[in-house]
Amino acid sequence: MTFSPELEAKFEKLLRSYPPGRQRSALIPMLMFAQDEVGSVTPEVIAEIAARIGISELQVREVLSYYSMLHTKPMGKYHIQVCTNISCLLTGGEEIWEQARKKLGCGHKEVTADGQFSLEEVECIGACSWAPAIQVNYDFHHNVTPEKFNALIDSLRKLH
Amino acid sequence: MLYNEPSPLEVKVLSRRFGLPDSQSINTYLAHEGYQAFRKAAAMTPDDIINEVKISSLRGRGGAGFPTGMKWSFVPRNSPKPKYIVVNADESEPGTCKDRLLMEYDPHQLIEGMMIAGLAVDAHTGYIYIRGEYRYLINLMDRAIAEAYERGYLGKNIQGTGFDFDVYTHTGAGAYECGEESALLESLEGKRGIPRIRPPFPAVSGAFQCPTVLNNVETYCAVPAIIRDGGAAFAALGTPKNGGTRLFCLSGHVNRPGVYELPMGFNLLRMINEVGGGVRGGKKLKAVIPGGSSCPVLKAEECDLAMDFDTVAQAKSMLGSGGVVVMDEDTCMVKAALRIMKFYAHESCGWCIPCREGTIWLRKLLDRFHAGFGQQGDIPLIGEVAKNMLGRTFCPLGDAAAMPTISFVEKFYDEFEAHLDGKPCPYEEVNRFALA
Repeated sequence: MTFSPELEAKFEKLLRSYPPGRQRSALIPMLMFAQDEVGSVTPEVIAEIAARIGISELQVREVLSYYSMLHTKPMGKYHIQVCTNISCLLTGGEEIWEQARKKLGCGHKEVTADGQFSLEEVECIGACSWAPAIQVNYDFHHNVTPEKFNALIDSLRKLH
Repeated sequence: MLYNEPSPLEVKVLSRRFGLPDSQSINTYLAHEGYQAFRKAAAMTPDDIINEVKISSLRGRGGAGFPTGMKWSFVPRNSPKPKYIVVNADESEPGTCKDRLLMEYDPHQLIEGMMIAGLAVDAHTGYIYIRGEYRYLINLMDRAIAEAYERGYLGKNIQGTGFDFDVYTHTGAGAYECGEESALLESLEGKRGIPRIRPPFPAVSGAFQCPTVLNNVETYCAVPAIIRDGGAAFAALGTPKNGGTRLFCLSGHVNRPGVYELPMGFNLLRMINEVGGGVRGGKKLKAVIPGGSSCPVLKAEECDLAMDFDTVAQAKSMLGSGGVVVMDEDTCMVKAALRIMKFYAHESCGWCIPCREGTIWLRKLLDRFHAGFGQQGDIPLIGEVAKNMLGRTFCPLGDAAAMPTISFVEKFYDEFEAHLDGKPCPYEEVNRFALA
């Protein structure tokens, strides 16, 4: 399996970042960066990374299943993550979550039919003082209102 | 641009460079006393550095409040193994959003703090474990690290001092548990984030089974100021045994939520009313979580207290990670307790049975309760289940889930009773009107 030259460079740096014999440390970062490029952690990605680190595929899968940001199935092009934890709950996070389900027509960890959007109710994303907050892929959006949420989704839809 | 307007009541030590033009760049850092503390520390003995940190009475800003200087002194000096500096930047405690700003506005301050810790314990490699959701900060820290190498502030023989130091970022992938120090170290080694049995503590056997200093971002960020201006000056900013300032994250029902750097021991009511502009909509204060969701809740009448580790502990809560969550009179405490438990049930790593099962059963009980199907016997049962988790797990997640739950039940018993006998949540209607 081949990756982009940028990702190859990243992998090469990662494998040099840990003490000798400790290359397994690069596993989680490699899975995260590979997922960003490929769209999900596919069986091919698992096999490739296992081979490069020198561990079994089972060891990769064991780790993979633990972390909530690693997905074995593709998410939407725009993965909408709505926080409803305590600070967001107090400031309208549940309303944003309801709005998101209506607007996108899909539920928790589901993908829209056109593959453009996916939705996930997430735990605290570290934006409590600017709640309610959401993340679109890795981008933060603070002080979200149902109106701002609609406008954001409409602007993302227009990009196509 | 800053995330929120600063308050005139702030005492800016760690956040003094926030808002400067191009505050992330090494040039701005150097122009504002950057890396001067490193030069000073390089001329000191390791014992003198550790002693200065002890004098400062700096305590761990991740939540536990352990004295930092003492933690550093536990690293065995004569160990033949390499030693490591690890930064816990897995900020995930609900209510907490300060480490983000420290890295975003002043990445070099963190690097300098790590270097000084390296000098103190003879470590030459550092890792910054950053939660996966903070990808922009991983990119930002990588740029700051690259800049530091280019200008000779990282690498071999730094600024002619003979000291070598390398720093790497390491991304997490979504797991609250990895903010617990031993689970973080497992994750750093490419494994599931499951806690290790302790002792041995990381100071003796941490990253790669080598002696390791592991502190929160904010803890390291305080170190340059301590070395530069002296431990005594830092200590004097706070209260006895609680040196310095800390970044408090005000959230929930306040008029001016935000991250504010205030002296340790700052009064909680003043923080809410004067720094945060009071409770939103002129409503009455009902309760406050003083240090992130793991801390027992305080009733409004308990909030006239000094925000330092010891005073909040005397009030039977914790200063925790500095996440101050404010709740007004229309907040349903059953719902708040339920949402917090939903979080812990989701994040329990499953390793210890009292935590894995306890959090799920508590979530189910609270869910049923809030839906109006609670029975009288459920109220003491919630407390009972929670109490049976306390102290029976490898890591503090079990306690972190149990302690707030016990406090919610004990302090707001009447609200639990108000949900009995199929009655609808008394606050749902109020809030529906408020939102309309």
